[in-house]
Amino acid sequence: MAQRHPTLDLSPKVSDEIRKTTCYMCACRCGIDVHLKDGRVAYIEGNRDHPVNKGVLCAKGSAGIMQVNAPSRLRAPLRRTGPRGSGQFEEITWEEALQTAVDWMAPLRAEAPEKLAFFTGRDQSQSLTSYWAQAFGTPNYAAHGGFCSVNMAVAGITTMGGAFWEFGQPDWERTKLLLLFGVAEDHDSNPIKIGLGKLKGRGARVIGINPVRSGYNAVADDWFGITPGTDGLLILSLVHCLLKAGRIDLPYLAQFTNAPVLVNGDPDSPDHGLFLRDAAGKPLVLDRKTHQPVPFDAPGVTPDLAHTYRRAGITHRPVFRHLADRYLSPDYAPEQVAAKCGIPAPRIRALAAELARVAFDEAIEIAQPWTDFRGRTHDKMTGRPVAMHAMRGISAHSNGFQTARALHFLQILLGTVETPGGFRFKPPYPKPMEAHPKPHAKPTPDQPLAGPHLGFPQGPEDLALDANGTPQRIDKAFTWENPLSAHGLMHMVIANAHAGDPYRIDTLFLYMANMAWNSSMSTGRVIEMLTDTDPDTGDYVIPRIIYSDAYSSEMVAYADLILPDTTYLERHDCISLLDRPISEAEAAADAIRWPVIQPDRDVRGFQSVLIDLGARLNLPGFVTEDGQPKYADYADYITTHQRRPGIGPLMGFRGEGQSTGRGDPNPDQLDRYIAAGGFHTHPIPEEAQFYKPWNRAYQDWAVALGLYDSPQPYLFNLWLEPLRRFQRAAEGHGPHQPPDHLRDRIRATMDPLPLWYEPFEDAAIDTEAYPLHALTQRPMAMYHSWGTQNAWLRQVHGENPLYLPTDLWQEQGFTEGDWARVTSPHGTITVPVAHMAALNPSTVWTWNAIGKRKGAWALDPKASEATRGFLLNHLIHELLPPKGDGHRWANSDPVTGQAAWFDLRVRIEKTAPPKEAQPGFPAITSPVPKGPDALAWKTTP
Amino acid sequence: MTQLPAHTDRKLGLVIDLDTCVGCHACVIACKGWNTENYGTPLSDQDPYGAEPSGTFLNRVHSFEITPETGAAQLVHFPRSCLHCEDAPCVTVCPTGASYKRVEDGIVLVNEADCIGCGLCAWACPYGAREMDAAAGVMKKCTLCIDRIYNENLPQEDREPACVRTCPAGARHFGDLADPDSDVSLLVAARGGFDLMPEQGTKPVNKYLPPRPKDRLEETDILAPFLEPVAETPQGFLGWLDRALDRF
Repeated sequence: MAQRHPTLDLSPKVSDEIRKTTCYMCACRCGIDVHLKDGRVAYIEGNRDHPVNKGVLCAKGSAGIMQVNAPSRLRAPLRRTGPRGSGQFEEITWEEALQTAVDWMAPLRAEAPEKLAFFTGRDQSQSLTSYWAQAFGTPNYAAHGGFCSVNMAVAGITTMGGAFWEFGQPDWERTKLLLLFGVAEDHDSNPIKIGLGKLKGRGARVIGINPVRSGYNAVADDWFGITPGTDGLLILSLVHCLLKAGRIDLPYLAQFTNAPVLVNGDPDSPDHGLFLRDAAGKPLVLDRKTHQPVPFDAPGVTPDLAHTYRRAGITHRPVFRHLADRYLSPDYAPEQVAAKCGIPAPRIRALAAELARVAFDEAIEIAQPWTDFRGRTHDKMTGRPVAMHAMRGISAHSNGFQTARALHFLQILLGTVETPGGFRFKPPYPKPMEAHPKPHAKPTPDQPLAGPHLGFPQGPEDLALDANGTPQRIDKAFTWENPLSAHGLMHMVIANAHAGDPYRIDTLFLYMANMAWNSSMSTGRVIEMLTDTDPDTGDYVIPRIIYSDAYSSEMVAYADLILPDTTYLERHDCISLLDRPISEAEAAADAIRWPVIQPDRDVRGFQSVLIDLGARLNLPGFVTEDGQPKYADYADYITTHQRRPGIGPLMGFRGEGQSTGRGDPNPDQLDRYIAAGGFHTHPIPEEAQFYKPWNRAYQDWAVALGLYDSPQPYLFNLWLEPLRRFQRAAEGHGPHQPPDHLRDRIRATMDPLPLWYEPFEDAAIDTEAYPLHALTQRPMAMYHSWGTQNAWLRQVHGENPLYLPTDLWQEQGFTEGDWARVTSPHGTITVPVAHMAALNPSTVWTWNAIGKRKGAWALDPKASEATRGFLLNHLIHELLPPKGDGHRWANSDPVTGQAAWFDLRVRIEKTAPPKEAQPGFPAITSPVPKGPDALAWKTTP
Repeated sequence: MTQLPAHTDRKLGLVIDLDTCVGCHACVIACKGWNTENYGTPLSDQDPYGAEPSGTFLNRVHSFEITPETGAAQLVHFPRSCLHCEDAPCVTVCPTGASYKRVEDGIVLVNEADCIGCGLCAWACPYGAREMDAAAGVMKKCTLCIDRIYNENLPQEDREPACVRTCPAGARHFGDLADPDSDVSLLVAARGGFDLMPEQGTKPVNKYLPPRPKDRLEETDILAPFLEPVAETPQGFLGWLDRALDRF
């Protein structure tokens, strides 16, 4: 046939305008270029100049266009008209909505501020929301960290002054070996993928330690298919091997960690296990030159690791001696741990040897002099090019805190933290635990709280208990059950409020948290608690629920008043150094969102609504001296709010526009950010790039920027003294005593050196009856109930079979398309299954939160997410099974209170396919219309 | 029947690194977004919020498990799109001339104005790389973002396919595979890039880079010296410690 090739327009117009803002399709906060045509979003791509994603963008980010036109977007404020959970609402005006909220909350503030519980989910404005809650005066505020990764955060901050992901990152440019522990497909999304690409490009090696070989673990050079909950044991076995071979960084340990700090070794002393300190309270070390104890930061000191020091009849041993005693024990030999971990001993040894080889025989040097906090100048920076990263896989266990601590311990022993090729902090980190606030939880009517809600108790005296020892917070954070619960325990709020333990509340105010579905342990029971009525009053046990969300999530149906939020392209936000900024290891960085399109619905950005409520409630900080609203909206707050004089939410373009970090508010600041691409970076000087906790140049730079007001050098905590203080109390010392039933557990788990213990659920049940571990992973192309069920992404992840390992698959004769009944000590589900060979043989898993409830998210009730999709949440309980001791023990980490999602044990039986995945729930009435039957999204057809 | 050109000046195509692809689907959605808004009719979605959502995609990622004779099972992520074959059966089968291969750069395109939606090309393609758009009734396929790669309204650095620009892991590369000195040709040579299903005789332009060998750590007996104990007793360990500290 004759060729009739058309003439193509090879240079079509791409867009009318590009507006640069920050993505919110997951938590990673990449920069995006939003292309607009005729005022509509035509295409979204990554911002090449942005420090986080450097131009690339994941599937979620590119699918943002389907988020801003999603049928599930809420359209106007709603007031519940039917029973809770029915989904029956009427649309009301904003004035009615705000007045209703004020009418509910104002009397609480006047009489009992703790009767308001304000919890936010995946909130990126915690600096504002916590400030608001503090001004209101309720102790009951936190975000979602308690059911997410507080073990990682607290272990990181207490051990080394910063944690993975938001507070630090592998040195992607230099590392030669990366270990990924329990990292599924996210956190942080694009930076990990960019980094893996860099490593692959230069032939560096990646080792994945994960029960499931998907995603990053699929491209890892070596895969350790570990049994869930045993990572800590594997890590301490690596420590054993390295210590025994002397393959540790002794100069690093002596100079930069508390390995040389002297510990009271007299079991009869009230200070047993605590540090020897001088009159000023500084921990003492032995100087190897003089054999005298001196403060750890004394100029010219050569800290000793080997010798003991005797004073007043008490022998003080350096931390290093304690750790050597513990980890040289044959209990940690690979042969001892292999069976539990599911990793053969030779592989454990090979991994330890590889760590040693790369750390010490492939060490790198940067010819960059620097001066440490003791005044000693070093002529170069020596790097141990081994980097590690971990996430929820090791964190969401009842031994997760000590496991995360063990991982940091391993990094530190190798000298790989804040050295070239290792792990690097991102401003405002490093920051020692002591520089964080302590918790504040004492409510006073009509008064703000005396300080921030969340923080780091240094000992029993800092717990949030009243004079009778009763928990002050509804979630019982900062109590003997979980002393270092620095992110609160959102997963306990509804259960405790329902039980009236420690007290009843009146109003539950939630933002962006799908507690009636995938964000709660035991979804069905939480739904019952939300709808349960008090026989005495006929009212709901939790009388009032206010909820803000942009989309028609399952939680909407369980609230009484809905404050509809905007999508991420219709709002202002600041990703602030006061909160969780977008810094990189080389630079401080923060960013904004701004309305690149205007809402076509009667919705308002939640933060502006909160500021409005603050003014209507007359909260200090939200009104002027004459009682007028202090801020017009969130944009005005971002620009003009000062947390300390000269320090505001955004660091860039302060004062006349030339100042960074410190400076007067600048009314043009947001315009300057918009012109600059939506972010601002402030580079760290070369001399200050590494050794940041001890580097004078870094400390001075941080003070100049306003990260802190004086230099804060510190030692890494191999020995975590605050834990020992709680342990001492459990041993009967001191005025603050735990309840007797908790003594043994505190003694066992709050060990000042990392340890491994069996996950609580394993210890509480017959593991032979429940032989399998059950996990979820978050898919790379979907972010649970953050947003809506996206039209494009649900075609990638519309199904979530339970993946079964080969032996189990064959033993029970499963074939493709089969279903199984999955039973835990707490419940049963019936779900579709699929086979996966690249899986730990005692583990089953599925994708997180694909399952949806009928009627939610503007999906057809026949959508696969609602008929075949499922949650593991139905199998999980916020409490452990009864032990017969009269107490119900939390299914949480005993140090931080982190929800132990991944301790779940199940058994599996093949079953005839039911009509739908079980348990089924009745459909909720959708407050928004159903989505269109077809899409062909083009701005200019 | 439609004729293929005897020769193309260049062979533009993709090189996809299966050792690096993490299976994130970023390329799938960036492609969907760009090509919905740009070349030809939009990539439509049927029943997008219903029981069986089904849309047009020019690029999809599949995951395959490999279970070796010994050692752990592996998972390979495999992105699949048009390979812009030199001997493209989808072109020669086209009854209207709508499917064609460009002389300038070897890109295989569908002239939607001439496409009658008969679907023969999709049957002829051994790779399943073409999809009929259910709304428009025309055949859709990868254009290598022909409206990006020459687009003078885009900065030079953005003149590459949307899937390549967005790939977070850098697993996708674009260039001229006719030029032996191009970056993509050098990469193919260095990494043993291969043709997909060469037995089909389609001479695909796109190449795949194979996954590197995995799970080799336990074979490394040579690592044993790195874990030689410094001492056999606690006293011996202390002695080693003291001596080691003296050296600093």
